[in-house]
Amino acid sequence: MRQVELEVLRYNPETDREPHFQRYAVDCQEEWVVLDALNHVKETLDPTLSYRWSCHMAVCGSCGMMVNGEPKLACKAFLRDYPGVIRVEPLRHFPVERDLVTVIDDFVAKLARVKPYLIPKDKAPEAAEFRQTPAQLKRYKQFTLCINCMLCYAACPEYGLIPKYLGPAAIALAHRWNRDSRDGGRDARQEELAATEGAWECSFVGACSEVCPEHVDPAGAIQQVKIESTVDWYQAHLMPWTKK
Amino acid sequence: MARSNKPIVWGPFATGGTLTAFVTPALVVVTLLAALGAVPDLLAYERLHALAAHGLAKVAIAGVVFLSLWSAAHRLRITCYDLGIRADTLVATIVYAAALAGTGASVFYLLRI
Ligand code: SF4
Repeated sequence: MRQVELEVLRYNPETDREPHFQRYAVDCQEEWVVLDALNHVKETLDPTLSYRWSCHMAVCGSCGMMVNGEPKLACKAFLRDYPGVIRVEPLRHFPVERDLVTVIDDFVAKLARVKPYLIPKDKAPEAAEFRQTPAQLKRYKQFTLCINCMLCYAACPEYGLIPKYLGPAAIALAHRWNRDSRDGGRDARQEELAATEGAWECSFVGACSEVCPEHVDPAGAIQQVKIESTVDWYQAHLMPWTKK
Repeated sequence: MARSNKPIVWGPFATGGTLTAFVTPALVVVTLLAALGAVPDLLAYERLHALAAHGLAKVAIAGVVFLSLWSAAHRLRITCYDLGIRADTLVATIVYAAALAGTGASVFYLLRI
């Protein structure tokens, strides 16, 4: 048992004009993560503290927050890795709804725009399922691991500068379906991906891939989208007859 | 949404970046060797001069110079934006013009060989 100091950003839109920090001293156990400490605060010290969480095992993607200035899943950030006072803030680049809860409408709308679902190329085989080889699965599997936690948006300086930018996870998820052998929706998704606010706002900082808790490597996906969009462009403008 | 025309400038940038990743270390090694006075016979001035006199070699050298300069120019443009200089069109014009001027100079000197 040891004690840690949490410095948590508080904001109640009904009573506060500005967000402010509040300190809590928490008796914690060695194996606790930041989320355990927050739960302890809410249960024993201050029931008004608001934050999102659900699974406590890095699957649901809802407990993303800034821990000492870095985007982290609160359920994966071990207290023992942080000496001194631990500062906990809502995810950067998103408006604050209340305390650690952010407004995520922008991301959800962008995700919907890239059509992150199967748009079948051929009709599904009669009374059977589509088949894929392990090699075909491997082409996109990594990009399926995204849990929509938005840590990559909090890490991306371009998204901070240009809020219209489609952003890492939405591009990686669009790319996931583009690389699926059953899918035929790439043309429709290109309308978003190949736009200026699509992959082209990315200047390859790479921070998204560094903070991604699921090792999706969205930065890699974005660069692949750029290469494919470049090939498209040269085909459309220099060799229009090759376009189907 | 309209598709972007960014590929025009990004294509040579990406190609140049990949190219310089290979060419630059080789140039560093060769320059160091030359500085130490240990120039392999194959890389002697006369030999390289003769190589550059060949038409295909001229095209290749001009291509390498263009792609490397362009890649550096584009990187500089993005860095300017990230550093807070938001006059993107002006910056782009200056850095790309510099890359093209450098390419023009190399073409000029290559043609005189
Ligand atoms: S790409 Fe990674 S960091 Fe971004 S939302 Fe998906 S899981 Fe989270």
